[in-house]
Amino acid sequence: MPTPGRGSSATPGSAGADALCEAALAGDRRALARLLTAVENRTPLAEAALRRLHPLAGRAQLVGVTGPPGAGKSTLVAALIAELRRAGRPVAVVAVDPSSPITGGAVLGDRVRMQAYASDDGVFIRSMASRGHSGGLASATTAAASVFDAVGFDVVLIETVGTGQSEVEVAAAADTTVVVEAPEMGDEIQAIKAGLLEVADIVVVNKGDRAGAHRTAAQLHAMLADSRGETRPGRPAPKRPEVLVATAATGEGVAELLASIDRHRTTGHGADGESARLHRAEAQVWSVLVDRLHDRVRALEGAEELDGDGWSGAGEWLRSVAAHETDPYSAADAILEQLIGRRVAPGPNE
Amino acid sequence: MALDAGPSPQHRGGEALPGPAIIPGMTERPLKVLIAKPGLDGHDRGAKVLARGLRDEGFEVVYTGLRQTPEMIVTAALQEDVDVVGLSILSGAHMTLLPRICSLLRARGMDDVLVAAGGIIPDEDVPALKEAGVAAIFGPGTTIAQVADFLRANARPRE
Repeated sequence: MPTPGRGSSATPGSAGADALCEAALAGDRRALARLLTAVENRTPLAEAALRRLHPLAGRAQLVGVTGPPGAGKSTLVAALIAELRRAGRPVAVVAVDPSSPITGGAVLGDRVRMQAYASDDGVFIRSMASRGHSGGLASATTAAASVFDAVGFDVVLIETVGTGQSEVEVAAAADTTVVVEAPEMGDEIQAIKAGLLEVADIVVVNKGDRAGAHRTAAQLHAMLADSRGETRPGRPAPKRPEVLVATAATGEGVAELLASIDRHRTTGHGADGESARLHRAEAQVWSVLVDRLHDRVRALEGAEELDGDGWSGAGEWLRSVAAHETDPYSAADAILEQLIGRRVAPGPNE
Repeated sequence: MALDAGPSPQHRGGEALPGPAIIPGMTERPLKVLIAKPGLDGHDRGAKVLARGLRDEGFEVVYTGLRQTPEMIVTAALQEDVDVVGLSILSGAHMTLLPRICSLLRARGMDDVLVAAGGIIPDEDVPALKEAGVAAIFGPGTTIAQVADFLRANARPRE
């Protein structure tokens, strides 16, 4: 039984991965771009590279930028890049836009707002299509952010697709979650609904030059930051996000936003930061685990022939469920039992 | 019966639906195309229509917007690791900008990236542009399907 900390390095694709990692770590931007492509396509090379890079990551501040479509996420990210570069800090961006559920195609338009850094090696922007992943990110977004982290970017900005109320996955992927709202997007009832605003470390009301921006901010502040969330044992304390007003298009309020992000970086790295990192590790491991299980289930799906134990493949179970001879729960348990090679421990109610 | 809940256009039947822009012999992956407007003309309707049309053909399209310098376009192509760079130009500066983009792409190691152009480009300029590295020039009247088919057929398979 392997123990934590002793990962195996001999995996398929590891020779090519080593070369690509070396080049990317040495500052070769083309190698970095290719590494990100491999990560996005989840190739064996990517897995070998991510194993190699994981020990080098963990130093960057991962900042999620999320909010409804048109709130100004991309423009705000561009303004943050400008502010970070003024301070000489290298910054990477992973910008996710949705894939078509019909054709698989996508228009990735976030770069339009982030054009000014063509010859600046301290900025690297990568667009990513969600490729059917729900939750506001692409399935490879966390891994891509971790590559940027490993090769030495100080800040990684993760811009989600335009979200509704409940795409909160970015909170697990980032150290600091910034929710961008636009003026007049809702009243105090919107602010106390469960979901996106619950995971915000910082709420920014963008388009601060529009009428109603300050009133929106005051309402959000009253409901999110002022309200004294009660702490109960065994339950995480409700977050009390800072509420800011900014105008990304002019840069007004962006320095204050960056200061707030930096404050969260230093103060949030106490007990809270530790649990955020653990939460992210959990999300990463579970996602790989689910992928691996998924692959094995799919392999089983095709396996029709009897093996030594009299296993007849998942297809038999599927047909049996379709004919209403077996219920889906029994079939799933039987398949799972076959996968992990032993009886699944019964739940507490059995 | 598929256990995969995600969209998988390859598994859908039906002749009427556009095929996904997968490179043959690769893992399932849409072709990635950069659509850019080099230079100073402000007419981007064509580029936007193409971006949307290629989306409907199953491509992942990075759209970078108006008034791009060759350096901006090449940096975007590099960071996005695209298979194709599509350039829309109506200003008449194509003989300056397009060869410059091709040579910058080569200089940064991206000679495996397919370059195509569209817009208002006189026939007599086409041979020189092809010489410079532009694989195809699509003039007015070209259909989205023609562009998509050309890109699928000519984008070079990569690892």
